[in-house]
Amino acid sequence: MFRHNGFVILFTLLIALIASIAPMPLSVDVFRPDWVLIVLVYWCLALPNKINVITAWFIGLTLDILLGSVLGVHACAMALSIYIVVVNFQQIRNFSVWQQALIVGVLAAQYHLVVFWLQRFLSDVVFLPNYLYPVVTTVVLWPWMFFLLRRVRRHFRIK
Amino acid sequence: MNPIFNQGISPAQRLILVLICSGALIFFDHKMASFETARGYLQSLVSPLQYIANTPKLLMTWGSANLITRQQLMTENDQLREQQLFFHEQTMELDIVRRENQRLRLLLASPVRGETKKVFAEILSVDSDPYSLQVVINRGANDGVVEGQPVIDEKGVVGQILHVGANSSRVLLLSDITHAVPVRVKRNGLRLIASGSGMVDRLVHNFVTKSDDVKEGDLLVTSGLGGKYPEGYPVSRVTSIRTDESREFARIYSQPVAEIDRLRYMLLLSINSQSKPTLLPVQQDTNKKKIQLGEH
Repeated sequence: MFRHNGFVILFTLLIALIASIAPMPLSVDVFRPDWVLIVLVYWCLALPNKINVITAWFIGLTLDILLGSVLGVHACAMALSIYIVVVNFQQIRNFSVWQQALIVGVLAAQYHLVVFWLQRFLSDVVFLPNYLYPVVTTVVLWPWMFFLLRRVRRHFRIK
Repeated sequence: MNPIFNQGISPAQRLILVLICSGALIFFDHKMASFETARGYLQSLVSPLQYIANTPKLLMTWGSANLITRQQLMTENDQLREQQLFFHEQTMELDIVRRENQRLRLLLASPVRGETKKVFAEILSVDSDPYSLQVVINRGANDGVVEGQPVIDEKGVVGQILHVGANSSRVLLLSDITHAVPVRVKRNGLRLIASGSGMVDRLVHNFVTKSDDVKEGDLLVTSGLGGKYPEGYPVSRVTSIRTDESREFARIYSQPVAEIDRLRYMLLLSINSQSKPTLLPVQQDTNKKKIQLGEH
C-alpha cells in the first residue's frame, strides 16, 4: 500500500476522518457530508488494488471509535458500501461525473440505512428523515472531491 | 496496477470475512461489554485526531477572545466582581447551614453527606453521530476520571462518563436514548424517571399516572436513588403534560436545565463513598478551593 506514494492515500483518509468529527454548529451538523465514504469510494474506483473491503472496514472501525458508537457498526456499513464499488468499479468508472454522483448518493443512503438498521437493532432509536440529509450534501460534494482527488493522484503519481 | 489477473482472495470472501468480524465485535461490545479496557486504549490512540479536529474551533474562539474591546472587558470584569461578592456571601451562609445540617443529621443518626470532589473539564468535541448524544472532554484516567462519574455544568446535570481514555473521555448526555436518571419534583418530592428521547432538548417521563401532581414549569432535581448522581442537582423543567383519556398514563416531557447543545465547561463530581458517620470535619478555611482548576 505504501509503494508509489501510497501514504498520500492514508493522509487523505486521515483528513476525511478529522473532517467527519470536527465540531460544527448543530444546524450545519445535520448536513455534514460523508467525507470518509467519498474519499474511500474515490480511491476504490481509482486504485482497487490498493483500497479494498478490508481497508474500508478498518477505516470504518476507526470512525466507530471516534464517534463512540458500538464497535463494528460503521465498519460493517462502510465495508458493504465499498464492496458494491469494488464489484462494479469497471462500470462506475465509465459513467460521467454526475452519474457517479448519483451512484455515490445511493451508496451513502445505503450506508446510512445500514447504520440506522444496526442501531435500531441495538437500541430503540426511531427513524427521523434528517438522518438522510447527508446524502444530499454527499451527492453535491462528489464532483468537487472527484476532481480534487484526481489532481492529488496525478500530482503524486500514485499508482 | 495489474487488474487483469486478480491475486489473493476475492472481494466477496473479503466481505464475508469482515462481516463476520463486525458481527463478533458488535456482539462482544454491545451484549457482553467486554471491550471496556480495550476501548479505553483505542480512545487514547485516536485522541490526537480529536485534538487536531478541535484546533479550528480553538483558533476561532482564541481569535474572538482577542478581539474583545477594552470597554467590554471592563464591564465584564465589573459584573464578575459583583457576582463574586454575591457568591462569596452565599458560600459563607451555605457553610453555616451545612454545618448545622450535619449536626442535625448526626443527632438523627443518619449518615453525614460526604464532600464531593470536583474536577474541571472542557469540551473537546461533539459527536456527529445522530444516533447517540455524546461529547468528548479533555480529562481522562490520568486526571482520575472513572467510568460512571456524574457530570454537571453551572446550570444542572449534563450526563455521565461513558468511556475513559488516558487523556480524554466520553460523556453520555442526559437526553441520549440509552440514558435515564431518577428524579423528583422539587416542589413536592414526587419521584419520576427522566429518560432520554434522542432529541437534545427533550426528556420523557414514562409511567406517570394522570392523577399525579406534576405541573408545567416544575423543576425536577436528582433524587439520588440510583446511586450514580448525588441528590439535589437540577435536571430539567417540565414543558408539556398531555393527559389523553385513551391512554393509561400521562405523557410528560421536560427540557434539560443545562444547555446541552451549548456546553463548554463542565464539572466532574466524584462522590466519596464513606458511609460511616464521622465527627464534624471542622473546616478552618472557608474559601478552600474544592474545584481543581486545570491548566486553562
